[in-house]
Amino acid sequence: MDLKTAGRVTLGPRELAATAARVRRHIVETIGRAGSGHPGGSLSAADILVALYFGGVMNVDPSRPRWPGRDRLVLSKGHAAPALYAVLAERGFFPVEDLAGLRNIDSHLQGHPDMKGTPGVDASTGSLGQGLSFAVGLALAGKLDRAPWRVYVVLGDGEVQEGQIWEAAMAAAHYRLDNLTAYLDHNGLQIDGRVEDVMSISPVAAKWQAFGWHVIEVDGHDMDRILGATAEAAEVKGRPTMVVARTVKGRGVSFMENRAEWHGKAPTPDQLAEAMRELGAADAGGPAEGGDSGAGERGEEDGQ
Amino acid sequence: MSTTRGGSGDGSRPRPEGMTRVQTAAQAEAVATREAYGRALVEVGRRRPEVVVLDADLSGSTKTALFAREFPDRFFNMGIAEANLIGVAAGLAAAGKIPFASTFAVFAPGRVYDQLRVSVAYADLGVKVAATHAGLSVGEDGATHQALEDIALTRVLPNMTVIVPADASETRAAVHAAADHPGPVYLRLGRAPVPVIYPEDHSFTIGRWDVLKEGRDLTLIACGLMVDVCLQAAVALAGEGVLAGVVNASTLKPLDTSTLLEVARRTGAIVTAEEHSVIGGLGSAVTEFLAGEHPVPVVRVGVGDRFGRSGTPAELLAAYGLTPDDVRRAAAKALALKSRGPS
Repeated sequence: MDLKTAGRVTLGPRELAATAARVRRHIVETIGRAGSGHPGGSLSAADILVALYFGGVMNVDPSRPRWPGRDRLVLSKGHAAPALYAVLAERGFFPVEDLAGLRNIDSHLQGHPDMKGTPGVDASTGSLGQGLSFAVGLALAGKLDRAPWRVYVVLGDGEVQEGQIWEAAMAAAHYRLDNLTAYLDHNGLQIDGRVEDVMSISPVAAKWQAFGWHVIEVDGHDMDRILGATAEAAEVKGRPTMVVARTVKGRGVSFMENRAEWHGKAPTPDQLAEAMRELGAADAGGPAEGGDSGAGERGEEDGQ
Repeated sequence: MSTTRGGSGDGSRPRPEGMTRVQTAAQAEAVATREAYGRALVEVGRRRPEVVVLDADLSGSTKTALFAREFPDRFFNMGIAEANLIGVAAGLAAAGKIPFASTFAVFAPGRVYDQLRVSVAYADLGVKVAATHAGLSVGEDGATHQALEDIALTRVLPNMTVIVPADASETRAAVHAAADHPGPVYLRLGRAPVPVIYPEDHSFTIGRWDVLKEGRDLTLIACGLMVDVCLQAAVALAGEGVLAGVVNASTLKPLDTSTLLEVARRTGAIVTAEEHSVIGGLGSAVTEFLAGEHPVPVVRVGVGDRFGRSGTPAELLAAYGLTPDDVRRAAAKALALKSRGPS
């Protein structure tokens, strides 16, 4: 299937897994090249983003990124930008080669998402807590226009410590925004340590329920479950849906997994090589691997 | 109460000569700019179906209730949640709407600086933050509710346009102009009735100042309710043989640098006057520009580096040095600096 086509791209399970692996390689490679960035939360959110863009959910047109009829995605946890950029490049919004410029002075790929600069980015984020309000505004506009498009927003679990999130949560339920689906990338870690130790958000699912949301809890690395919850959300009437996705920070790179220190740190060249080996092995023989010459070549270069 | 005759001043006070475009004292009524805002919103709502209005539980005070009554489907009350107010407005703008978001100026931009910075200004989205109850003329509610820093906060943001209308007529025109401007706008409005100096059909262009009176000896540059105060001061100065020009600098950003340069060159001395801190507002903007382009003495009339307090608007304007007499004294200082020349 052409990953860059207009409309919805629906991959099978093996291709989804292969795409997710490719996205993970882009994440660690681009952060490694840049020498800075946020690998942990990018890797934990990767499967959610891949599911939305390649699992038959997001209706977009890479050749017309501002097409008014598109579905919108707000990456409220903007520091996971490398994951979004990788997905958008794979989806055809801009060349995969652009990813190499992440965080460079002459690149459109800013350290945090810039909707003015990067095709396919629907919201400028990076200051945590603001994306859900933005998504509520988008969804209200969709309701006003009786538009068929939907709004998706990805939140971090540390992020929901921000008060504005709960202002927006209240408003989304108050205005019955059933065209809004949120995903909580619940990896349990934030910069200073475990979310439960820094500032507990428990019981997080009950909180969203109490705020009037339909809540679904899933394994955030199980494409089937993510897509099932997304389909369920589309059927819910009169309420927004929160998909609490249990994830692993740094997922896919053994030495990054469940380690808060990998929130905002780039791998050294040796670590990058090791990460790329692990991520390459994860989908060895995957059907989409053969066609991905660009990323593969760069990976080998950096791996030496 | 929507309209009050006379306002706080003496109804028979004289106006400067040669002012054909502004109303005479006999015609002058006083209308709060927030009131004019509420009425104009209804007009612009009829003219442009993309206009939506958001408020944060103050729609009676900000006068957005007038729009809500006319267009209930296009009005969104966000409750007492200003951060969300601005973020939701940004999302609406990103989907093609023209959102006007209103609350008191202490709350927006005051409380929501980062939302304004990232969700609105950085993204360059056409959110119109129309904040009422700016300045000391809020009156009895006191310091917590008197925004004296809002121009500084908005002026420093890239992509932001900052407008401080002088009266009801200019407010009406500015609301239409803001709706038609693609980018973010901060519209600073007041609670207290202020004299109407322009005719009802007054036209307004973003970024263009209005020279109300040509000067010879110095120029008084003002915004908001201080425009009328400066008109009064100009009359007093004329009585002393000083010909003071008066400029309504209603767009604080972008600065009308051509008018500013012109009056600075022609009169060689400037007094700025604003119902805002002397730090970061109109006086700062004028000084910053002239210092690098055409240095002339600039004396700033505004609120010193302190908070407001409770009192009637008239008492507060007097207590904080915002009367025609204060402007007249500042003019004398500017003239003295001018005659001394560069040291």
